[in-house]
Amino acid sequence: MTADTLLTLTLIILFLPLFSFALLLAFGKRLPRKGDAIATGLMFLNLGLAVAVLFGVYALPETPAIHGFAQTPIQMNFKWIDFKTTIEVFGNTIPLQIELGLLIDRLVAIMLVVVTLITALVHLFSIGYMHGDPKYHRFFAYLGIFAFSMLGIVVTNNLLMMYAAWELVGLSSYLLIGFWYEKPAPGYAATKAFLMNRVGDIGMWIGIMILFVSYGTFRFDLIFAHIAAGNLPFGSDAWLTAAGILLFMGAIGKSAQFPLHTWLPDAMEGPTPVSALIHAATMVAAGVYLVARTFPLMSGDALLVIASIGTITAFVAATIAIVQNDIKKVLAYSTVSQLGYMILALGVGAFTAGFFHLVTHAMFKACLFLGSGSVIHAMHHGLHKIHDHDTDAQDIRNMGGLAKKMPVTFATFLIATLAISGVPLFSGFLSKDEILAGAWAFGSLQGQLAVLVPYVGFGVAALTAFYMFRLVILTFFGEPKRPDIHQHMHESPATMTIPIIVLASLSIWIFYSFNPFSGPSGWFVTSLPAPTTVTGSNWYPFAHGDLTHGDVTHGDVMPGDVMPGDVTDEAVAQGVEDRTAAVGQGSVVTANPSQEAFEHRVHESHLPAMIASLILALSGIAVAFGVYKRKMIDTDRLVEKTGPLYRFLLNKWYFDEIYEKWVVLPGVHLIARMMHWFDSRIVDGAVNGVATITMLQSRMSGLFDKWVVDGAVNGVAYAAGFFGIVLKKSQTGRIQAYIAFLLAGVVILFYVFR
Amino acid sequence: MQFPILTLITFLPVLGMIIVLLLPKDNKRAIQATTAIATGLQVILAIVIWMVFDTAKTGINDVASMQFVERLPWIVIPSTPWFGEIRIEYFLGIDGLSMPMVLLTALICFLATFSSFSIKKSLKGYFAMFLLLDTGMMGVFVSLDMFLFYVFWEVMLLPMYFLIGIWGGPRREYAAIKFFIYTLAGSVLLLLVMIGLYFSTTDPQTGMHTFNMIAMMDPANVTTGIFATIGSSARMLAFVGLFIGFAIKVPIFPFHTWLPDAHVEAPTAISVILAGVLLKMGAYGLLRISFPIFPEMTHYFQIPMMILGFVNIVYGALCAMAQTDFKKLIAYSSVSHMGYVLLGMAALNVQGMTGAVFQMFNHGTITAMLFLLVGVLYDRAHTRGLNEFGGVYNKMPVYSFLTVIAFFAAIGLPSMSGFISEAFVFLGAFQTNKLWTILSTLGIVLGAGYMLWTFQRVFMGTLPEKWDDVLTDVNGRELFTLVPLAVIIIALGVYPSPALNWMSTSLGHLVEFVNANAAPVLFGGF
Repeated sequence: MTADTLLTLTLIILFLPLFSFALLLAFGKRLPRKGDAIATGLMFLNLGLAVAVLFGVYALPETPAIHGFAQTPIQMNFKWIDFKTTIEVFGNTIPLQIELGLLIDRLVAIMLVVVTLITALVHLFSIGYMHGDPKYHRFFAYLGIFAFSMLGIVVTNNLLMMYAAWELVGLSSYLLIGFWYEKPAPGYAATKAFLMNRVGDIGMWIGIMILFVSYGTFRFDLIFAHIAAGNLPFGSDAWLTAAGILLFMGAIGKSAQFPLHTWLPDAMEGPTPVSALIHAATMVAAGVYLVARTFPLMSGDALLVIASIGTITAFVAATIAIVQNDIKKVLAYSTVSQLGYMILALGVGAFTAGFFHLVTHAMFKACLFLGSGSVIHAMHHGLHKIHDHDTDAQDIRNMGGLAKKMPVTFATFLIATLAISGVPLFSGFLSKDEILAGAWAFGSLQGQLAVLVPYVGFGVAALTAFYMFRLVILTFFGEPKRPDIHQHMHESPATMTIPIIVLASLSIWIFYSFNPFSGPSGWFVTSLPAPTTVTGSNWYPFAHGDLTHGDVTHGDVMPGDVMPGDVTDEAVAQGVEDRTAAVGQGSVVTANPSQEAFEHRVHESHLPAMIASLILALSGIAVAFGVYKRKMIDTDRLVEKTGPLYRFLLNKWYFDEIYEKWVVLPGVHLIARMMHWFDSRIVDGAVNGVATITMLQSRMSGLFDKWVVDGAVNGVAYAAGFFGIVLKKSQTGRIQAYIAFLLAGVVILFYVFR
Repeated sequence: MQFPILTLITFLPVLGMIIVLLLPKDNKRAIQATTAIATGLQVILAIVIWMVFDTAKTGINDVASMQFVERLPWIVIPSTPWFGEIRIEYFLGIDGLSMPMVLLTALICFLATFSSFSIKKSLKGYFAMFLLLDTGMMGVFVSLDMFLFYVFWEVMLLPMYFLIGIWGGPRREYAAIKFFIYTLAGSVLLLLVMIGLYFSTTDPQTGMHTFNMIAMMDPANVTTGIFATIGSSARMLAFVGLFIGFAIKVPIFPFHTWLPDAHVEAPTAISVILAGVLLKMGAYGLLRISFPIFPEMTHYFQIPMMILGFVNIVYGALCAMAQTDFKKLIAYSSVSHMGYVLLGMAALNVQGMTGAVFQMFNHGTITAMLFLLVGVLYDRAHTRGLNEFGGVYNKMPVYSFLTVIAFFAAIGLPSMSGFISEAFVFLGAFQTNKLWTILSTLGIVLGAGYMLWTFQRVFMGTLPEKWDDVLTDVNGRELFTLVPLAVIIIALGVYPSPALNWMSTSLGHLVEFVNANAAPVLFGGF
């Protein structure tokens, strides 16, 4: 396929879901079957196109790398906004305009398939799950706009469009979490999710501003080119690191990383297919994708922050997952924990491992969520039959023994659980092993506190196996805890089981690597090498002179590096192909010695990491069986003994309480109320005060006017009147008298002026 | 002489007003129809202007590239002691700065006319005042003679006073007087500076003093009088005075408190005009008068203006969060959104300035839509208490869907026009000052906070029983006012280039002009 065909296909893939959204929103009620068949059909068509794109991209010949990523990406740009002026960027005068565009490379092609596959399957699943809902058509419409926004994040070649799609994902997530807004909890959860995401987005936006103000472009490749050429934002390493960390803040929000992770478990208030699609497989992976996309510009310090956040998240969430009793909450915390894994992987530099886990996790976690949806659906059915409206359909303490009633759900759920636990022959084993090898290599190279990263990584592997099998055992094994419900439960319809079966099959190793014990030898890992960092010596200082490249210090020119100013304005304006021609092979960044050192160590760490993770996963499973199947330990007594710790975990480390009590209430509501008081009392008080003083003064002026000024006037008048009365007596009309007065007057004047 | 389209678009409403006044008092239909026709024709004229408008011409300080210019001597008093010959021109013309405002004014007035159809009390007076207000606002945006500008500025006050004071809510008299006196206080400052500028400016063609704003912008013309010394304290005082005068209109903290009162008491259509057009006049005045006439002071006060922008954004958002009255909440959100305008224009670069003027336009459409939406609910429930509602979504789905659009537009969601302007404001401001821009990004979260919290309280949950019979979904007339705004908001959000093209040449020139005339500020020199 030519580049043009691929671009056209990608555009169709992007806009089909939007069409589905518009169609269902406008005509959903009048369409046959309320439009579910059309929406689902469109999504499967989209999946077909995405698969075609995947094969098309992999069939392309490999071309030399430009700024990190392994192949030259196919791009398309169009001028969206032109300010008709120019700006100065590192000595070049470039037109100030904003382009939007698409980018297709292997990363994108794989994400396209993942997103369209899960979207299509969730559509199919929802036909059964949402059956009879009064807002049925609206649900499918919302799924459409979600798919559009998510695909927008994937296919863009610039930060602005990514931010835009990012926010639209936030909107669709808001609509879907709050789908059952008649109840208070979903509405609250939707608002919370949107707001917590926005907190992260502030950081992401500031990061974007730093890069745009520095480079005058939002495009990934041009930004990478500038950094590779040594043009640092505001001329400092610190700003480069800051930009990386700030961009990552967006991922903290969207991928539910510590400390903004608390929205994700609450988001489970949305319908379960939504949880599978958005809050397990795709939207939350957007943060990981963002970090993967911007990986080349992440400096070592930024990556260290990323690795730390990922490690903390993986650990905190795993501990919470152990004690939860709501089937979806367990899966939610498990998701948070696994996302922590992916972020951890990217942070330590194991790019491929992190992205690999994103893909495998999308499959098995969507399978788990849809499986839980199947269980909840059956529970609702059972509860409906016995007219019980109070029992929680999602509480695993009401389940048990479902394996016989729901064999398909059970089998698929088990496969996905084996995958997430890291058992060989399943996909999770391959990707998790990659991550742990990367963490191991990182810990040993970095030393000091960094060794905590692999330790926690391995610990979480054991915890994951434990809590997932706890969930499986309590849900599907043993005796039913509520036989009354249990007897009415049955397997879900085919529209619901087919998607689960597909996802479970995709959790098997064969799709990713022929050798079930070696991820790195599979097509997936080999075809997606880590992009080369463009940060030069700002990356991790792993290479201690033991590599022939020698230490690279900032300012030194590495062979093949681009000199500042080489990024000419025509090149910036015309895009990658032209720029490659303009600056020749110079724009190809040679490997970073630290990255090479890291890759080398990862290679060595594979076997020990694999053995360790295998042992830990199996022991986690064994303990789960021991405790919950064999009942070797009385869990009730354990809970009693570890009271405070248990409550601490059950209450999710009290994050929500802390935020509620220390951030939302005092920070926002109190300040808002204070501001309101200040505004109405002080600011407006001043205005009214001025008015009052003016009125007082005017009243005083009025009195003064009435009694003093007007008094004087009236006084004069009175005086005049008085004299008038007195003097009128002299107005006799007799001429003689007047002449006498006149003479007297003349005489007086004569004496006065003499 | 060419067709006097600007005169026509400005005085068409007055013509309508005369017809309305001649109509019998109880002929409701005819009065409404006359107003609708007058404002409708105005929209058509605005569209003609938009079509003919040449986006390549700069305007701002160049008479030759002003468009649709009409210039006649208006008040000429041959020779008086002290003043010499007084020459006030009827000087109209538009450029890329005023064109979007002309379009906005025509559009908002047209839509507000239909929203006014629910007015019951003394229709005739209402629509007469309404049309006079329309003329006043339009006149402000098309005049290039400062005296004329001032006349229109004041003409608009009077009808507004009556519209709030007679057709308003329970505290209408307080709100109307507050609005009137507050704005008048600002006008006094404007008047003082205007007279000072008159005596300082010499028209190069006639050799006499002039009120011509374009002549005032050229330092070569400002050679006599108190404003002659660039960078002097007199000019500083003048800039501050003008700034306060315009800040009251914008409104900029701490001169904003008339706004919530006026909004809450004003009838829906008047709130729409107040937020949609009136607030823009302050920001427009800053860009048309303060910035190019006092460029050195603009630079001197750049950071203080950015700080005020930040205060507006965050303070307005926090105040909005504490409100329980739907309309007051939107009023404070206006304060917050106008903060972006100030932040963007103070950045003094093309991105920021374009963002600011585009934000003026977008705030006009988005907030107008929000006030219309509040009006829809108020017309039915006769209360605006946020805590008295719940579950409106299921009862009024179309209404709620439109509210989602308006709310998310106000939040600055990409694909809606508000995002574009806020993004440019931030990008421009960040280039000028990192600290205050970063602090201002708090508005991104706070804005979402109060909007979504409101949405949760009013639209989600279950409907209180008392509203069950009262609330009905939007009717055709309301849809007619809401849908065009929604369409504009989304269209300009997806493809803003047409709107940005109107303004980019002029604003680029304005930025260049202000930056080229930056000069050190001295103290003294009265």
